[in-house]
Amino acid sequence: MKAFTYERASDAKAAVQAAVETPGARFIAGGTNLLDLMKLEIEQPQHLIDVSRLPMAGIEETGEGGLRIGASATNSQVAGDPGVRSRYPVLSEAIVAGGSPQLRNKASVAGNLLQRTRCAYFYDTSKPCNKRTPGSGCGALEGLNRNGAIFGASHACIATHTSDMAVALVALEARVETLSPSGATRAFPLLELHRLPGETPHVETHLIPGELITAVMLPPPPSGGQVYRKVRDRASYAGGLASVAVAGGNLALGMVAHKPWRAVDAEAAMASGATPAEAVARELAGASPLGRNDFKIPLVARLAAAAIGEAQDRLSGGRGA
Amino acid sequence: MSSVHDWAAPNPVTTNRSGLIGKGVDRYEGPLKVTGTAPYAYEVQPPSPPAYGVMVGATIATGRITGADTAEAEAAPGVLAVWTHRNVPAQPPRGTRVHPRSTAGSRPALESDRVYHWGQPVAFVIADTLENAVAASHLVRLTYDADAPDADFRARLADAGQPPGEQDVEIGDFDAGFAASAVRLDETWATPIQNHCQMEPCASLVWWEGDKCIAHTSVQMVKPAQHGLAETLGIPRDDVRLMTRYIGGGFGGKGQTYDDLTLAALAARALERPVKVAFTRQQMMHGTIHRPATVMRVRLGAEKDGRLNAFSIMTWTHCHQDGTFTEHASNFARALYAAPNRLTGHRLVKLDLPGAGPMRAPGEASGTMSLECAMDELAERLGLDPVELRIRNEPPSDPENGRPFSQRQLVRCLKEGAQLFGWDRRMPTPGLVRDGRWLVGMGMAAAIRGNFLLPAKCSFSVDAEGVITVRQGMTDIGTGTYTVLAQIAAETLGVLLGDVRVEIGDSELPPAPGSGGQFGAASAGSAALAAGMNLRRAIAELATGDPNSPLYGDDPELVTFQDGVVAIENKSETLAALVRRAAPAGLTVEGDSRPAADMREWSTQTYGSHFCEVGVDPVTGEVRVRRMLGVFAAGRILNEKTARSQLTGGMIWGIGSAITEGNAVDPRYGSLINQDLAQYLVPVQADIGELDAIMLDEVDDKANPMGIKGVGELGNSGAGAAVANAIYNACGVRLRDYPITPDKLLAGLMAKGM
Repeated sequence: MKAFTYERASDAKAAVQAAVETPGARFIAGGTNLLDLMKLEIEQPQHLIDVSRLPMAGIEETGEGGLRIGASATNSQVAGDPGVRSRYPVLSEAIVAGGSPQLRNKASVAGNLLQRTRCAYFYDTSKPCNKRTPGSGCGALEGLNRNGAIFGASHACIATHTSDMAVALVALEARVETLSPSGATRAFPLLELHRLPGETPHVETHLIPGELITAVMLPPPPSGGQVYRKVRDRASYAGGLASVAVAGGNLALGMVAHKPWRAVDAEAAMASGATPAEAVARELAGASPLGRNDFKIPLVARLAAAAIGEAQDRLSGGRGA
Repeated sequence: MSSVHDWAAPNPVTTNRSGLIGKGVDRYEGPLKVTGTAPYAYEVQPPSPPAYGVMVGATIATGRITGADTAEAEAAPGVLAVWTHRNVPAQPPRGTRVHPRSTAGSRPALESDRVYHWGQPVAFVIADTLENAVAASHLVRLTYDADAPDADFRARLADAGQPPGEQDVEIGDFDAGFAASAVRLDETWATPIQNHCQMEPCASLVWWEGDKCIAHTSVQMVKPAQHGLAETLGIPRDDVRLMTRYIGGGFGGKGQTYDDLTLAALAARALERPVKVAFTRQQMMHGTIHRPATVMRVRLGAEKDGRLNAFSIMTWTHCHQDGTFTEHASNFARALYAAPNRLTGHRLVKLDLPGAGPMRAPGEASGTMSLECAMDELAERLGLDPVELRIRNEPPSDPENGRPFSQRQLVRCLKEGAQLFGWDRRMPTPGLVRDGRWLVGMGMAAAIRGNFLLPAKCSFSVDAEGVITVRQGMTDIGTGTYTVLAQIAAETLGVLLGDVRVEIGDSELPPAPGSGGQFGAASAGSAALAAGMNLRRAIAELATGDPNSPLYGDDPELVTFQDGVVAIENKSETLAALVRRAAPAGLTVEGDSRPAADMREWSTQTYGSHFCEVGVDPVTGEVRVRRMLGVFAAGRILNEKTARSQLTGGMIWGIGSAITEGNAVDPRYGSLINQDLAQYLVPVQADIGELDAIMLDEVDDKANPMGIKGVGELGNSGAGAAVANAIYNACGVRLRDYPITPDKLLAGLMAKGM
């Protein structure tokens, strides 16, 4: 681990100010991902600004009938919140499908969104990785890419975004609220937070330097059933091979792209009367598997169709599995 | 030489008068471990502040180091030294044994510019703090002349040859027997590389007291570690005191020492201060040994009634370029089922990969995952229940050498397991049982593991408080050695468990073979029993020879030991009172045990059966183990709790082998892909449903004087096959390439139109 300096921010404005003024600064909250990466020297921040104690952990009703979830709320707190459990069950299910109880007790909402990929070549500092070391190449492209992306990958990077929570939030059409270095607050769809890798996979979001996520805003829940399903190699503490979040007519896919993937083609097909299987097939027509991850095409097709059916089943009061 | 018949005489363990033998008493060192106060090697308090060493691994699989720029690292804060092959202190060539009776040769570190495998330690940084050492280790710049690695096992199967000094074992005429069989099965299975993933990575702390090297390390066998280090340092063996008091898992991976020990010792000598060196989790994957991958071809030829006429298992496996280790995945089968025509053997190919070596149930763990699934397939083709097929092939004596079995309760394990598990509710046709979204199936497999007894010594002392101290150069790798030694001592001397101290893990104590091959409890325990009996005699003679003892003048053979009291009929005194008066400095005796000359006249094995119920999600190919039961016959059980823990632990390993665990090689680099516990997937709590292990009553009087055998490997023999067979029964997909992950199972489900 490289030596670094540390400060505990007194308020959000000061945190953003410090981030802009200090070269190599990073925000830290739960640290469940950043500290691991620092130990491996994949992340080498010179300065850490601790935002975990800022008063941003609340979960409140909004005037529009939605929820405002503070960026420092822990994953466990959100998953266990009565309002989330009753009105946004897909979010609660997604969160408990991620990490382990210990990690969820530490990890924050914003940190979850900004977690970095689990691609083995990113973690192995002896291998090339454009995301870790720009210009060094992608070890995974021709390598053991079983868990690579099927949507939106580039020759520079095939890594996937591995958050479960973000997939559910995208299906719920969540918005992200931030504080900019200018002091302005802005809010934009979560779907626009993450970037596709393109030629610059090390640049993962559209946040501007120093910009701090302060909250996630949920609109009122869409009408229709909600379901989160994740497929993974073991029952806990394992990144997914694929996941799907259904919220009414909205559909998002996880672990298939560099960002949580809103399945807009499938949604459109469903809206025009296609069966779940037909709708998902429409989405997957745009997928580009890499060889070892070809299985994700049928996996997503089956998983998403099943989840849509399950959501409809739940809505009709039927017995879920 | 002794005979097994000498073992038949009753002794305190076999008569078990105070009921301590077999009882699930708590772990002797449990409170230390759960309170975090057991000092593992890296946490031992050294006499002065230690320096910290960090190893740097090679980033090529084969080739030469052409340049080593250490200037920046040397100039980094707190750095005391930076070593590569160019400036490491001189060491004897690898394998040197100056002392003819050394049990291990030298293990030099940074020995040359030659790189044999990815992650091989090629540089070493020592600094005042761990943080400074780690930071400086990233500043070492090495350049290489790399060769293209030869690391693709499956691509090299045709080049595999006989392991050195081995031949195939054929009995009868396999080809003719197979050809003449009414029902034939010929299938091939594959298992991946596995890593031990001990919770405690390999670590060492070394300091010198004059010419004497004091080394704390994490190793399963004390004497070879001591001898190897002495040879590496070029000093007399007695000048190395090697200690390994607490060990956070071994599983075969700590059957040897690694460069952490060598470098810590060299650096402590060079710097004249204590030095600590530990592997990181990532370094463990390449820097220590692994279980090699296998490809196994199984052929079974049976009559229509299920009796095997011909049986063969041939194993292909790999080891590193300068090694000879062979994963003997075919051997276990030689004692398992009757068949007149039999062929077993191994083929080995050398690859540019880290060292292959033993890992929990070496041989059986991989081998049962082919044969025990082949038996399941054969049972289906024959229309027989898999339990019944195994019973029909039960041999009356060892099927390869004709020796009588010392004890063999395999059939009872099968029958009791079937009954307790509810095997009669299994549907023979796959895919018929559904619970919600899950297809549910049951599978079973047999378990077998050989049994061994190795020479060992032990000392017993009694002090003026009546406290018994057991001293032995033995190890406890989490298995329960401390606890069972305390139980043997308490039962032998008739004292309370609280009046027994156990000191192990020290090369200056009477030597024992260490932990491995499930020979530990039997070997070390037999020596403990012998020492205990010697101390009984010494105490009896002390009492009957002391004019102030109420036992004075009586026959020492008549002295009884119970509840801390020595007695002959109604004459008695406490052990403490006797020793305080008659031998105030205490008494110390030694005892030893060795294999009986005629032990090999019997085929001695441990046995078991596994029954498993899984759920398979037919949509996604996910597998979840719902419940699993093992029934085992492994001689007398010394401690129900620690034995059960070992057995269920082994079963969990089997679950991992079946559905999650394996490390793939990226052949471009000759490197393993999974480098931490988030990527190398051992089962977690949530993967394990209802799990239990039952131990049948058994005494094997051909095994050792206590009639005990080992359980450390047995639980992992057959467990994975039971899971795989349950997967087939659940969904009708038979996968022979482990682990059975969702991607593979999904392809199988789709191929069946599901």
